Amino acid sequence: MSAAEKKFVYGIFNDDEVVVNAIGTLRSQGLKVKDVISPFPIHGLDHELGLARTRISICAFIYGMTGLSLALLMMYYMNIFDWPMDIGGKPSFAFYKNLPAFIPVTFESTVLCAAHGMVITFLLRSKILPGVEPHIIHPRMADDHFVMAIQVKEDTDLAKVESLVKAAGAVEFKS
Amino acid sequence: MGHHQHIEVTSTKPYEFTRKNRMIAGVMIIIGLIAIIAQFATHHTQTWSNLLMNNFMFMGMALCATFFLAVQYVAEVGWSAVIKRPVEAMGQALPVAGGIMIVIILLGGQSLYHWMAPGITTPGSENYDAIIAGKNGFLNPAFFWIRVVAYFAIWTYFTKLFRKNSLLSDEGDGKGYWQKNRSAAAKFLVLFAATESTMSWDFIMSIDTHWYSTLFAWYTFAGMFVTSIAALVFTITYLKSKGYLQEVTEHHLHDIGKFMFAFSIFWTYLWFCQFMLIWYSNIPEEVTYFMLRQDHYRGWWLGSFFINFIAPFVILMTRDAKRKLYLLMYMSIVIFIGHWIDTFVMVIPGSMLTAGHHAAEAGAHHGHALSLGSVGLMEIGTTLGFIGLFMYLVQHHLSKAPLVAKNHPMLEESLHHAI
Repeated sequence: MSAAEKKFVYGIFNDDEVVVNAIGTLRSQGLKVKDVISPFPIHGLDHELGLARTRISICAFIYGMTGLSLALLMMYYMNIFDWPMDIGGKPSFAFYKNLPAFIPVTFESTVLCAAHGMVITFLLRSKILPGVEPHIIHPRMADDHFVMAIQVKEDTDLAKVESLVKAAGAVEFKS
Repeated sequence: MGHHQHIEVTSTKPYEFTRKNRMIAGVMIIIGLIAIIAQFATHHTQTWSNLLMNNFMFMGMALCATFFLAVQYVAEVGWSAVIKRPVEAMGQALPVAGGIMIVIILLGGQSLYHWMAPGITTPGSENYDAIIAGKNGFLNPAFFWIRVVAYFAIWTYFTKLFRKNSLLSDEGDGKGYWQKNRSAAAKFLVLFAATESTMSWDFIMSIDTHWYSTLFAWYTFAGMFVTSIAALVFTITYLKSKGYLQEVTEHHLHDIGKFMFAFSIFWTYLWFCQFMLIWYSNIPEEVTYFMLRQDHYRGWWLGSFFINFIAPFVILMTRDAKRKLYLLMYMSIVIFIGHWIDTFVMVIPGSMLTAGHHAAEAGAHHGHALSLGSVGLMEIGTTLGFIGLFMYLVQHHLSKAPLVAKNHPMLEESLHHAI
């Protein structure tokens, strides 16, 4: 680990309530609690950590609008501009008059782009793309243990941090 | 979680139905009665249609409140425990709505429903209609009345049962009465699925007797349910603004807001499915329904679609919007207006056409036969009357019991609800 990178130590907990309570305790003792990794969602954890709200919903909206526009553009080009189609015996050849026939495809395309865009964004952002070496802090972190990441400096007294983290209820400490 | 501080229930008393509020509701009912009498003097069918559509909305709000309550029991929902009493109070309007519905159809049925015309199934009669005669197995007056009475009997029975057990639970055994209600709710939901479908055919779809749509029941349900949620939001907003129900937090509002948002989209989905398939296939016997609405009621027909879809979709999309009490209240008013127009478009074109048939048969003046019905002071007055009646009944029942069911087994979960 290079000096420019942030250095983290980890407290391993085996109870969700203990880990949530430990956040406030350790912060009041001057430790920089940055994140908690949990195998399941814990109510109130985001609030306790003071995490900013996710922006994935904004991404979803943008991806959805992209899908919507692409689908309408495609059908406009194919069925109205390039090769006008008589839809349902109503040969109007106007985009707005044939619009009801285009809605199902537009809807599907919106959902497709929004859903795939969100998943890909999430994978990229969390650096868990297929083929990427996973960063496993503790073998049971996706099973029944909770990992708390604490940011420390190069010269922090790790023995003191360990005693504080263990006093707050951690079953293990990893530096 | 993590901090198990105790949350005190403050809504231990019933709602106080003030003299002023009784006066307001009373004046609205009187305005409604005046509008009905005034309109009856000019055009009978229009009055009956107007009464039917308003009472149908009123009945739908009460019925879907009971449906919502039953779903909360069957799904063992925790968060909604604090809003249970307002939902129950809304459901109590059901017997009154049923009584009014029976009176409307007894007296005005022949003006509303083409298939009720005398001799319509008798070959050789000048009223004879082969298509309607083919539907006689279902649409005959005797079976129709059996169904109508059965609907209101079933719905009222369960509404009263849920309420009775809920009130008894205040005395002690919260869990026992909750379990009784849960098994009753499961039975109710099965009966609701069947009665709601046939009810929508009987009351609304049979107005356009020749026409049918297989997803009409769903479509009607979606509209009724979202109107009911809008009425619930309005009730809760009012109670909170008067200092009641302080247990209802933005977390509960967020969940109710999601219902309002989701069922607006669901309604749109069904509206569009019904329209698109019929528009696409363009079969004369089906497409006439939409031709009539497109040609003569275009503004109302498309307007209701935009109000009920675009407005909730854009305004209620964000998380923050669903957590703001007054924004939700304004949206509930918009949704109510939107679904009022939707019900107008469901009922009025068909019944005015029925009136047209009758007028043509009676050799009446041609202009009268083409009367389309419109939204004027009489319609608005009648709606005000029904809103007044609904407000009166809901407030009356809210004043009969504490605003929070204190022995609800999941009250603790509901008080700590956080999303």
